[in-house]
Amino acid sequence: MHPTFTGSSTSFPGSLKGDVVLVERFCLQKYKFSHGDVIIFRSPTNQKQMFVKRLIALPGDWIQVPESSEILQIQEGHCWVEGDNPASSLDSRSFGPIPLGLVQGRVTHVIWPPQRIGQVERKMPTGRISPY
Amino acid sequence: MAVGSRAAVWLASAAQRFGSVPWRDISAEAVDRTLLVIKAVCFAHVINSYVVSLIQVRGPSMLPTMNLTGDIIAVDRVTARRGTVAVGDVVLFRSPENPRRAITKRVLGLEGDAITYLVDPHKGDASKTVVVPNGHAWVQGDNIYDSRDSRHFGPVPYGLIQGRVFYRVWPPEGFGFIGQKATSL
Repeated sequence: MHPTFTGSSTSFPGSLKGDVVLVERFCLQKYKFSHGDVIIFRSPTNQKQMFVKRLIALPGDWIQVPESSEILQIQEGHCWVEGDNPASSLDSRSFGPIPLGLVQGRVTHVIWPPQRIGQVERKMPTGRISPY
Repeated sequence: MAVGSRAAVWLASAAQRFGSVPWRDISAEAVDRTLLVIKAVCFAHVINSYVVSLIQVRGPSMLPTMNLTGDIIAVDRVTARRGTVAVGDVVLFRSPENPRRAITKRVLGLEGDAITYLVDPHKGDASKTVVVPNGHAWVQGDNIYDSRDSRHFGPVPYGLIQGRVFYRVWPPEGFGFIGQKATSL
């Protein structure tokens, strides 16, 4: 998710290098999300691991899968997530659309380190989805 | 005047009665009681979310193990959190088709298992075999004729499983453990 977040570096174990973010869970009452939200969810392949990615498509949207010219419609109850750094991101391009039930919250602010404190913005890559 | 002086006397005695009420004790007791209620609610919430909860189930998909309506079952939330769900357990999970609904079905296979199932039990014997991918479980209702399960929406990721059904609390005739195989009352 670079440059939106800086992850904790694996070469310096034990030091708090990664960003600390605030995750809100009110959105789980009605499972109402918007395009471009950054969400945190349980990995579909390993339930003990959590991923933070951006929500690109909601149920019913048609999405164009990058690096291949296929168009796919997201089935009900699922969503398509992608990382902001497509070069090194394990996301829906590898494991497909994920059920919305795996989502554990929405990231709203970065709260540490102090020079990166601020709101996490909702942005959408253009031209990827269409509602029909 | 007589009315004026009677009113003054009444006011004076009311003020005296007001002063003699033990306000500090009453407020201390009110705060204590409120804190006790808050603690009880927090305790109940933690038990409900992390240890065991009671759920009412509806629908024909788990007949004969569970009735059409009115069964109340106890769901153990520790097993799902630890990831020790086994084949044959009845589990409660969020529906992959609608995250606001929780459904109960039986786990027939875990990751790596090969499941053979009847594609459409109403129409003949055609069956398919599928291997359950990593991190997923194959769930099916005991009543295969009337159940919407993994045969329709595919294997379910473990992250959706919320608890394991282990005991039926209501109706009283059905009080007892829900076992590893489909059985009736």
